[in-house]
Amino acid sequence: MAPNDVDALLPLPPATFHILMAVTDEDRHGYAIIQDVQTRTGGELRLSAGTLYRSIQRMLEQGLIVEARKRPAPALDDERRRYYSITPFGTAVARAEMRRLTQLVRLARARGLTPEAT
Amino acid sequence: MMRFYRALLRLYPSSFRSEYGEQLCEAFAMRRGDGNALVSGVAAIADVVPNAVAAHWDVFQQDLRYTTRGLRRSPGFAITAILVVALGVGANTAAFSVADFVLLRPLPFPQPDRLMMLWERIPGYQMELSPGNYADWKAQAKSFSVMGAYFSDAVNLTGSGEPQRIQAARVTWDLFPTLGAHAFAGRLFAASDTVAGQSLVISHDLWQTQFGGDTHVLGKTVRLDGSPYTIVGIMSQDFHFPNRDIGIWKTMQFTTEDLAPRNDNYIYVVGRLKTGVTIDAARAELSLIAKRLEERFPVENKNTGASITRLSDQLSDRARLLLLALCGASLCILLLACANLGNLMLARAAARERELAVRAALGAGRERIVRQIVTESILLSALGGIASVFVAIVAVPMLARLVPSTLPVADQPAVDPRVMVFAAALVLITGLAFSLAPAIRASNAPTLGGLRNDSRSGGGARQRVRSVLVMIEVMASVVLLISAGLLVRAMWRLQAIDPGFRVENVLTVTTALPWPKYDSPRARQPFYDKVLGDLKAMPGVQAAGYISFLPMVMRGGIWPVSVNAAQETRSEESTASLRFITPQFFSALQIPLRTGRRLEETDDNSRENVAVVSESFVKKYWPGETPIGKRFKFALRERTVVGVVGDIRVRGLEQTSEPQVYLPYKQVDSASLIGYVPKNLVIRSTLPTGTLLPALRRIVHDADATQPISNVRTMQEIIANETASRLAQLRVLAILALLALVLSAVGIHGLLSFTVSQRSREIGVRMALGAESSRVRRMVLREGLVLALAGIVPGAALAYAAGRGMQALLVGVNPGDALTFASAIGLCVVTTVFGCLRPATRASRVDPMSAIRAE
Repeated sequence: MAPNDVDALLPLPPATFHILMAVTDEDRHGYAIIQDVQTRTGGELRLSAGTLYRSIQRMLEQGLIVEARKRPAPALDDERRRYYSITPFGTAVARAEMRRLTQLVRLARARGLTPEAT
Repeated sequence: MMRFYRALLRLYPSSFRSEYGEQLCEAFAMRRGDGNALVSGVAAIADVVPNAVAAHWDVFQQDLRYTTRGLRRSPGFAITAILVVALGVGANTAAFSVADFVLLRPLPFPQPDRLMMLWERIPGYQMELSPGNYADWKAQAKSFSVMGAYFSDAVNLTGSGEPQRIQAARVTWDLFPTLGAHAFAGRLFAASDTVAGQSLVISHDLWQTQFGGDTHVLGKTVRLDGSPYTIVGIMSQDFHFPNRDIGIWKTMQFTTEDLAPRNDNYIYVVGRLKTGVTIDAARAELSLIAKRLEERFPVENKNTGASITRLSDQLSDRARLLLLALCGASLCILLLACANLGNLMLARAAARERELAVRAALGAGRERIVRQIVTESILLSALGGIASVFVAIVAVPMLARLVPSTLPVADQPAVDPRVMVFAAALVLITGLAFSLAPAIRASNAPTLGGLRNDSRSGGGARQRVRSVLVMIEVMASVVLLISAGLLVRAMWRLQAIDPGFRVENVLTVTTALPWPKYDSPRARQPFYDKVLGDLKAMPGVQAAGYISFLPMVMRGGIWPVSVNAAQETRSEESTASLRFITPQFFSALQIPLRTGRRLEETDDNSRENVAVVSESFVKKYWPGETPIGKRFKFALRERTVVGVVGDIRVRGLEQTSEPQVYLPYKQVDSASLIGYVPKNLVIRSTLPTGTLLPALRRIVHDADATQPISNVRTMQEIIANETASRLAQLRVLAILALLALVLSAVGIHGLLSFTVSQRSREIGVRMALGAESSRVRRMVLREGLVLALAGIVPGAALAYAAGRGMQALLVGVNPGDALTFASAIGLCVVTTVFGCLRPATRASRVDPMSAIRAE
């Protein structure tokens, strides 16, 4: 994948970045993504179902995620569910976004800016 | 609750719904646990609505990208479709904008449908009122809330720069209130202005051009024809009455002397109907009044009735027909554009059948395919629509010549957006219908056949539809070609009409002598002597003469004739046009003398009243007799015929004219004939206008330094003006007809190319079995001609009907004119053959082996 392909998607919309994070460690289905994002952000970000699936649709088209072929054990599974896993391209984009954000924070620090009011 | 959510999900595009619907439902069900029904319901709406809109937008953008890419791959299709839309919509918008402006739009006055024109009516004739009858009608009629009168005039304006000739209207003070007009600045006339007669209202235009838009002009004194007038008001910009040339309104007043002669008809009367009074009731009342007046004045008012027309109907049938014919032509073009677009779309659908079948087989839902085709139609219509705006903007001024100058409206019609939207919608619907129907059929049955390379599914039915569309195209173009041809023939016939005088090398100007400065023959004589004498002395000038009104410019000035005093009647049958002339007028226009003598300088008031009449006058009153020395009563006096000249077309090329009577200029003696004082100078000269005109200006300036010259025109321009509106219409019509021809040829070519490619196998088999290539070529050609013929036959029938409808425009050309029909049909056949050539050649070059191998 060319670096321009990655750069063309930056900056990522916050929802997209969160969804990528949610599927980084394991394949998740839609509702699980919502729950994961909610837990990780301490309830601060609650993705609505519509926003989630519209993002998923776009991310599938962009090749950031794919539908997972492996499914959990039948006892745990609901056949309506679809599981999504991150692609190497998705990982590259997530990394690039991280770099962009880190760079941004570093620049702000260099100017003496801190998150807390001093 | 779940049902509600599922219903809500229908807002999403169905592709999105089928993909994620179940999961959305699951997420909704799981989340619902932590809230009450109302809260989760509201939250669901807040989630679904914006996301659904966004999802639709995503799909649309995607389709748009896909469509743009597709159209770029087939630019021929895209450009043709856009041009067809632009042409159809643009031409219609232009034609109907102008037609609406002239025919339908209400006049720019309050309650315009209550404004009526009043006329005196004698059998077969409708004419202006005499002041005497007007005064009585106004006093007695109860049907009108207010009534006013006017007549057109022209004045010499001095005292603000160069002397200027300005078109003016003399109006009664109550004309403005009748129309419901308001002043832009200052005031309108009051009854008191009439008594003094020195007040003036000027048009917004004149105020801008002559007085620089300065409001201090109110109260200023200017000189009209040498007398002082005070400007009291400025009319608003959109007020034009009785026509858009008027720059000045003066008051008119009737003296007892004016009111006496009831045969002197020159004023136009406008009345405003009282609310609740119908036209018929008003007409009945006026007829009753006219009857009473006829009893009181049995000689002058003999057979004089009354008639009423709407002010908005002041439009000649010819002007109306010219416009309607144009609207018909543009409708033909719209029909043709729709048929052509339908054909293009069907061809495209056929070409894309495989693609659609592949997509359907890969699981693209019908909705996605339909959406994409709709997007394509919308994109094409939008691009065509934008192009059509330019077509309309270019076309409307071309058609503006068809707005008669006699209408009390501003001159430039604007592009009417309503018409444009209507035409664009029609084209869009056509495009959609012809692209969607096959697409839906294809997506409904994603058969293997569609996927096969040699698919011919649905070919038969579609080909029939396409044949019908091509037939319609040919039909529309035949109608246009024949109509245009008939009008061209009519034009030729008009241009071949002999006006009765020699048109070439004649310059005309107006020097209207103001009154009262030049109110007697004696006062005028030095001016005529000086101007005509100086002109005659100029090398290169063959003859110069004055006349009251130029033929074709002023068509009125018609007076009753009575050859036998005992049976004086007023009717259409016994009238003649009255003109006073100077002796050289006949030589200036080279009107031939048939018998007797011309008018001479010696024919003045010390001699008897003499007249030269035209041939038709003699034919009517003294057929077979010697006319010289005959006497007749005309224009208030007994006149003796001293000569006979050829007839001229006073009323223009298209109308029959009354017989003409010419009187010597030195015998304009009565005050009521003051309007006939010769003012139009006619000069026959080999000098170019550029040389003659400065010399003429000097001559007139030497005769009277305050005398303006106006209306400089050659006689050729006057004749050309006769056919100008026709020419404008014809040009547009011819362009439309040619475009139609090209479009239908393109249609035939497209259809035949398609059939040939569809039938290449059949053709291959035929050739393998021994058919010669020339025979194959003939077969394709025959198919094209049959198609054309199927359009030509109903087209010719329609054209004949159209020709009958516009017979009034045809100046006697037979609406079934064989030559026109033959040439139009011939042209159509030739174009068809051209359209067939390439497909026919291609068919004859089909390689039998490769065609059969594909099987």
